[in-house]
Amino acid sequence: MMRLPYFRYHAPRTVAEAADLLSKGDAMIVAGGTDLLPNMKRRQQVPGTLVGLRNIAELRGISNGDPSTKLRVAPSLSRGDGLMIGAGVTLTELVRDVRLRQGYGGQAPVTGPYAGLWQAARQVATPQLRNMGTIGGNLCLDTRCNYYDQNYEWRKAIDFCMKKDGETCWVATSSPKCLAVSSTDTAPALVSLGAGVTLASATGTRHLPLADLYQNDGIHYLTRRPDEILTAVHLPRLDGWRSTYWKLRRRGAFDFPVLGVACALKLDRSGTVEAARIVLGAVASRPLESSNGAAALVGHALTDEAIAHAADAAAQPARPMDNTDYTLHWRKRVTRDFVTYALRELRGDDTRELRRRVARQELLTM
Amino acid sequence: MRIPHAHITLTVNGEPTEVAFAPYKTLLEVLREDLNLCGTKHGCELGECGACAVLLDGQPVLSCLVLGVECEGRRVTTVEGLASEGRLHPLQETFADLGAAQCGYCTPGILVTAKALLDEHPRPTRDQIRDALSGNLCRCTGYQQIFEAVEAAIAVEVPVADGRRSVLDTREHSARGPSEREDASEASGGGAPRALKNAASASGVGVGPHAK
Amino acid sequence: MAATSFKTIGKPRRRVDGRAKVTGQTKFADDLMLPRMVHCKLLRSTLPHARVVRIDASRALAHPGVHLVMTGRDFPIPYGILPVSQDEHALAIDRVRFVGDPVAAVIARDELTAFDALDLIDVEYEPLRTFADPEESLTHSTPRIHDYGDAGNIHKIVSLGFGDVEQAFADADHVFEDTFFYQGSTHLPIEQHAAVAAKDPDGKLVLWSSTQTPHYVHRALAKALAIPAAHVRVIATPNGGGFGGKSDPFNHEVVIAKAAMLLDRPVKICLTREEVFYCHRGRHPVLMHFKTGVKRDGTITGLHVKTLLDGGAYGSYGVASTFYTGALQTVTYHIPTYHFQGCRVFTNKPPCGPKRGHGTPQSRFGQEIQLDKIAETLSLDPAELRLRIVERPDTLTANYLRIGTIGLAECIRRVTHAADWSSTYRKLPPGHGVGIACSSYLSGAGLPIYWNDMPHSGVQLKLDRSGGVTAFCGATEIGQGSDDVLVACVAEILGIDPIDIRAVTGDTDLTPVDLGSYSSRVTLMMGNAAIQAAERARDLLAEAVASKINVPKDRLVFAERRVFDAENPATGVAFSDAVCLAETMFGTIGTTGSYTPPRSAAKFKGGGVGPSPTYSYSAAIVEVTVEPSTGWIDVPRVWIAHDIGRALNPTLVRGQVEGSVYMALGEALMEEQTFRRLPPRLSHALVHKFPSMLEYKSPTTMDMPDVITELVEAPDPRGPFGAKEVGQGPLLPVMPAVANAVYDAIGVRIDEVPITPEKILKALDAKAAGKTPRYGPSRFPDIAWPETLQVPPPWEGGDGTAVNDQRRSVPDTRERHGASASAPGVGPRRYEKVGPRER
Repeated sequence: MMRLPYFRYHAPRTVAEAADLLSKGDAMIVAGGTDLLPNMKRRQQVPGTLVGLRNIAELRGISNGDPSTKLRVAPSLSRGDGLMIGAGVTLTELVRDVRLRQGYGGQAPVTGPYAGLWQAARQVATPQLRNMGTIGGNLCLDTRCNYYDQNYEWRKAIDFCMKKDGETCWVATSSPKCLAVSSTDTAPALVSLGAGVTLASATGTRHLPLADLYQNDGIHYLTRRPDEILTAVHLPRLDGWRSTYWKLRRRGAFDFPVLGVACALKLDRSGTVEAARIVLGAVASRPLESSNGAAALVGHALTDEAIAHAADAAAQPARPMDNTDYTLHWRKRVTRDFVTYALRELRGDDTRELRRRVARQELLTM
Repeated sequence: MRIPHAHITLTVNGEPTEVAFAPYKTLLEVLREDLNLCGTKHGCELGECGACAVLLDGQPVLSCLVLGVECEGRRVTTVEGLASEGRLHPLQETFADLGAAQCGYCTPGILVTAKALLDEHPRPTRDQIRDALSGNLCRCTGYQQIFEAVEAAIAVEVPVADGRRSVLDTREHSARGPSEREDASEASGGGAPRALKNAASASGVGVGPHAK
Repeated sequence: MAATSFKTIGKPRRRVDGRAKVTGQTKFADDLMLPRMVHCKLLRSTLPHARVVRIDASRALAHPGVHLVMTGRDFPIPYGILPVSQDEHALAIDRVRFVGDPVAAVIARDELTAFDALDLIDVEYEPLRTFADPEESLTHSTPRIHDYGDAGNIHKIVSLGFGDVEQAFADADHVFEDTFFYQGSTHLPIEQHAAVAAKDPDGKLVLWSSTQTPHYVHRALAKALAIPAAHVRVIATPNGGGFGGKSDPFNHEVVIAKAAMLLDRPVKICLTREEVFYCHRGRHPVLMHFKTGVKRDGTITGLHVKTLLDGGAYGSYGVASTFYTGALQTVTYHIPTYHFQGCRVFTNKPPCGPKRGHGTPQSRFGQEIQLDKIAETLSLDPAELRLRIVERPDTLTANYLRIGTIGLAECIRRVTHAADWSSTYRKLPPGHGVGIACSSYLSGAGLPIYWNDMPHSGVQLKLDRSGGVTAFCGATEIGQGSDDVLVACVAEILGIDPIDIRAVTGDTDLTPVDLGSYSSRVTLMMGNAAIQAAERARDLLAEAVASKINVPKDRLVFAERRVFDAENPATGVAFSDAVCLAETMFGTIGTTGSYTPPRSAAKFKGGGVGPSPTYSYSAAIVEVTVEPSTGWIDVPRVWIAHDIGRALNPTLVRGQVEGSVYMALGEALMEEQTFRRLPPRLSHALVHKFPSMLEYKSPTTMDMPDVITELVEAPDPRGPFGAKEVGQGPLLPVMPAVANAVYDAIGVRIDEVPITPEKILKALDAKAAGKTPRYGPSRFPDIAWPETLQVPPPWEGGDGTAVNDQRRSVPDTRERHGASASAPGVGPRRYEKVGPRER
């Protein structure tokens, strides 16, 4: 049986207490444990101290957002109060929240503004893991790579890699930076919705657009400092918006995305796209927003031609590497197909049968 | 680094329990090694197979990724806790009867997960069952008999209210299954109709030698 | 007695071990917790091929909590499953051959301490050239991975000829040549291998292990540790899945056995999932070439099969695997001339071995796809083509396999009817398709792994005055239901309920031998032995009861826990009273039964692989959808018909069929055991690409289609109550049926597994570019085959021997000892009375 290493454990009851513990160094946060504990068992991370967040009441719960929050997030999206999701909310709690599912009953057309987030959270891992894993944890998910997510002895057999104990990035040996992949489902969806996050530390709190939490470096993939705690996710009110998320993976459960496509659109009464966001997951070390893809849509109706044009533009910056499931060439090539699926769904096409084949489910609302 | 044993109290299968354990242990290890509840299995210890599922405060979780030290005051249900008052849970009856357990290794994790499903959705559809069990790998069955057993347990659970449960209890002591009345051609056929038949016969009307 | 009058046999029943499994009471190996138990971890090689220069374990030994550190020097005697490949050492002596090869062992107070101490063992290696690909092993004979084998890094190379295939090709209207590749895959039982060893109070060794073959582990331990076999007890704990992956004696078993004897404390080891991938013994990757001659009407004139097996780093069952890639082509369809050439090479990867279907799914894949191509060229419906060429029952094939009953034609009819084949094949809209394929499998290997004339399975019964019966057998419960078969056979004969019988199985001290749960042998062999033992007990009881109630013995019926007069059912005694009467008359009631397979008709070298008492048959139809723009493939439905002979417990039979389809779809669509070699100028690394359950893709509930199962029951007199195997055969037709369905859907051939969207898209690209609409290997390498052993088929007057073998045939020792009284190909006479017809 794989065993965890020894660690000290603290279970603070407040964010302030937790921040204080983190400020002392050699400590890591554990919330759901579904990402960190496997990494610890594989000795990818061996923190001396674990700060458990599960007893912190202020991190749990979903509330109507505070309009006073001075979010400088995508101003075009941020109107009104939206939702505030505590970082400790589990993915199961999230998908069961009626405010997220509003307007989405598993049927096309998808009309609910947060449907994309719901679909993304709904497709993370497995039911048990969604019962454990939190939204904060999924947003901070360690980047993944077939050269890195391995046991200690395996990594020793390749003389380790840049991300842990080694020098070389084996994905591309001349690469100056780590190419591990951002593998979170909820981040692309939330970025497409213009979400923001709050980070707290012993020295204070700060708010930032979720998009700014990430950077394209497999090791330093978060702008979060080690002593900071992600405490909340802020969803702007999105009247008139619709969103969706399409996930590519080998199996209908367990697997991390090898491609995630999150799209959010606002259409006017004539069906012309007023605003759009297309964000790709699992094609870089951070969620990758395609402003060209979005720009190709604005001002157009969602015709097949417009969709094809946008899909080409959106897929263009995807840079899958040979460090996940499926071949990189195929993942690159089908990116435009998946963007097309997403946009067609947002147009109102009945994509249930396609979903059933690709996601192996229609995304039940249970 | 060596750190003294952790010491917690929790409720395991309805019983208040105190346990001391090496502080790095997960709930899986505490259950198996410190509480001698070996019914909970493990296949990867990394959250990749579902064999170690238990109910934590009623919800299925993977015990291999739950820190023992985080279980203070919590309520754990394992496969050993499914039967009550000497009676197997309907899921245990139908899993045993309908071939849902072959090697039996993934079975405890699937049983507790299915129990949580039925606790919340007494009449799940096939798609709901499929979805609820999507985090439990089984290499033996191809899942079909597992789905049928869960569906049969739905049929079993209803008669409990009107007192026909006792039929099940006698059947437990017989190796004769509930589908005895099916003739060979029916039993060897496939598809949904059989599942319904199994479900119907698992509701236990006059089956088994002792019920005759 | 008619089938419908069976009380237990043929009825869907709760399996005898069902209650234990749903209550968590089944004790798997890792569930054993013994007082004073200590824990073992193995240090494994981080280099794929290297000389071990020096091992310094002093720091590990000094680590607090460490009791013992062992290295290769502690295990000088090699072992291995086959007598011809005793090439494994429990811990590497001077050479490591793949990343994961064990080098040292730490035994400590707990598993974490042992794990931590592994890092304190210093090993100095001298790297050697690595072999990642079979063609490298063919072209470079040095350094040799092993110092034995047929040549260089070729482990086994064979060439067998049955009649003149070249003439057959000349006589054919069409000759088809195709090359296929079948990727390796692994068993992935959810239970990781685990074992506990202890020195018993008498100072003897006991090993509990999740093994499918306690008898062979018993022999290996006695040999490798030089302990008298009589002082070694191996207990096979119920396996949490096996599928062939727990059929070898493993190094961890040998290591903890020695450690327990040295420390006089129980020692446990439970492998991590990564280590299970290193044990492997899974499906060989096989490159193969099929050349088939056919007449216009579909009649096959001749077949020439060439296979190249990537064996990995050790022999394992590899010699048998090699022959199996060529053994069973002839038992489905009539093939009058046949030429088989097979070659297994060593590479620096975990050893391949027997996985469900052992060596036969690969070549079945090629054969069934090629038949689909043949049908298309001949403008024949592929189901109709197969019906035309199905082999006849009670036939001796070109390669001297004695076929019993054949339900294949009925399987094809049942499955095409169920799937509405005639209105779907070539009639579905683009992107939707159906495909058909067939197969056959052994009901038990006709020969044991080490040459001997003794029974393959034994059953002993102990009848208690209470009416309780205990059935002892060495068979191993791996989930397939062998305990249930044992109990059901005894219950049926003695007329009692399965709950009245306790099964004691898989314990080399307590139970008579059974060779193990492999080759689909247990139901047939143990079942026949159980019937014999039960009939002997029934005879004793009948004699005593007959005398008591003054009824002729042959009028007595055993049923409903009673022994009574068939003509006057009220006259009789309770079963327990019958036991008492018999005990009074004869003394304590215990009987034995045993089973030895019929003598094989094949007497040529290599003819030991393939013979079986009888063969099962399957036919499958798979439906697929394919997205043309992405190649995305989905399987919504599978229909399968299986010729089971008789279903002893239909619930379990269905489970084996559906489980086979499941594992087959995994292999067909997503599972692969693949490796990564880093740039050689930078690194020696050659590692398993993803030794984890997350990245090795076993289908989930979401990925599993509906399976519609049809059981074809035509009792085979060679099987217990007419039963044949079901554990492996139904896997075989599924992979080629998927490939054939893809062709029906979008007109491209995927000539390898797994059939992935990437490959489909590449084939579609080729089609769009006007090239061959296909994805698959383009060539089969030139191999220096040895002189072909020429064995004239039966219809050319052959006698099963090779005409050009200097050593001629293997001497038939059984005939010499007069141990077999039966004619070739017919069950030993003492079993002819087995089964319902006589009762």
